[in-house]
Amino acid sequence: MMSNLYPLLIIAVVLFVVLNLAAGLIWVERRLLALWQDRYGPNRVGPFGLGQIAADSIKLFLKEDWIPPFADNPVFVLAPAIVVATALISFAVVPFAPGFVVADLNIGVLFLLAMSSLGVYSVVLAGWSSNNKYSLLGGIRAAAQMMSYEVFMGLSLLGVVILAGSFRFADIVEAQRGMWFVIPQCLGFVLFLIAGVAETRRLPFDLAEAESELIAGFHSEYSGMKFGMFFVGEYIGVILISATISLLFFGGWLGPVLPPALWFAAKTMFFICLFILFRAALPRPRFDQLMSWGWKVMLPLTLVNLLVTGAVVLARR
Amino acid sequence: MTTLFYLAGILAVVATLLAITQRHAVHALLYLIVSLLAVAVEFFVLGAPFVAALEIMIYAGAIMVLFVFVVMMLNLAEHAMEVEREWLKPGNWLVPALLALILLGELVYCTATRNTLSLTSSVGPKQVGITLFRSYWIGVELASLLLMAGLVGAFHLGRHAIAKEEEHHVTSTDAARTDTRSDLVHVGSGGTSHAA
Repeated sequence: MMSNLYPLLIIAVVLFVVLNLAAGLIWVERRLLALWQDRYGPNRVGPFGLGQIAADSIKLFLKEDWIPPFADNPVFVLAPAIVVATALISFAVVPFAPGFVVADLNIGVLFLLAMSSLGVYSVVLAGWSSNNKYSLLGGIRAAAQMMSYEVFMGLSLLGVVILAGSFRFADIVEAQRGMWFVIPQCLGFVLFLIAGVAETRRLPFDLAEAESELIAGFHSEYSGMKFGMFFVGEYIGVILISATISLLFFGGWLGPVLPPALWFAAKTMFFICLFILFRAALPRPRFDQLMSWGWKVMLPLTLVNLLVTGAVVLARR
Repeated sequence: MTTLFYLAGILAVVATLLAITQRHAVHALLYLIVSLLAVAVEFFVLGAPFVAALEIMIYAGAIMVLFVFVVMMLNLAEHAMEVEREWLKPGNWLVPALLALILLGELVYCTATRNTLSLTSSVGPKQVGITLFRSYWIGVELASLLLMAGLVGAFHLGRHAIAKEEEHHVTSTDAARTDTRSDLVHVGSGGTSHAA
């Protein structure tokens, strides 16, 4: 009986932690941005402005949920569900501590990449089904950007997979007992970080919703909780990429004294803050710069990284 | 697991049927994606998790996104639905039905004679890699050559079309204006080549 309930318990804990963290990040992001831009940020509601989280969620839930009459109704409703669903399903393979994982698949890394590639549909379909030219432009930009950056997002992880000899997250973390993979795979880490920012459509790569030119891009027509889904989905994506970086390059739960889960949480939180710092510090590139940078610089670098890693591993065998 | 297998099988068949009969291009593509995901579940249940992951990444996650992308750009409206309605006349079902019947016959023959290969053990990523690059490496190389040829061909055709457009643009404007605006034209065409 207990053994049957244990996986359900893990699922409940993972969902609780991830969803609450995603909601909490709304406040964290605004406070941190304010700190870096030398202002206060939301500090009125409750202690440290923490009540802002509840206020924001209540506002999103109570807003009128309007579907435009010219939209393609079923696809319009489906799109925001996809972004949250794919991001949450990805957490199934993410181990929070040794043994604390929903599904310990031997293709963990591939599963994660597969889910992130399905996530593209949310923005594409949202942009198309809105039947609005700004949404469509946002959707087209998002599709082109995510397709291009996905290619070397997967390839940049393969260096780690070669070193660890497994696609399973737990094996990859255990293989880093001697040395974090960020040291031999520093190029792979930088490439994955850039691809991760592009994949979650965060600034500076948020051209799909560039508010100064496309209103709000693919989610211009969305309101209420459907917009909230895109909002939360983006934060879940950020948590996912941060968790992946800390697992694959920074030894995940490995660390002295503190319990494993705490190490993992601390490392993940550090990268989430880094994501927010990017938003505070970097300007947006032009779209053609983004694309040519991706294909002409990032892809060759990733291939070189993969080739050299493979050669070194073969030579040392 | 057997229940899951049949459930995914039914889902795949129904989704594929809907993909064929849908008149709306994007809706048809969505059903096709569902069908591909169902097939991925089949692979997973049969003990080929690596192939299942590739099915989702390559087919559902990359190729189908490109399809949706292109259909989105074409902005097919009522006209396309009319054309589709023309194509879905009962007479046009004859040949595809015949082909499907042959496949069904093969399937029935195989299951009746029990002359099938069964997949009982799980096939991990390592075995797939070893098989692919040891026994079938020539196939892999040929496929990569084909892809390279396709890439070069697409690039050539794209360049050709842009060059022609440029020429057309220059000759259609009168000489004096081309002189003063030559740099403008150049910048504009540079932009399109990036977009393409």
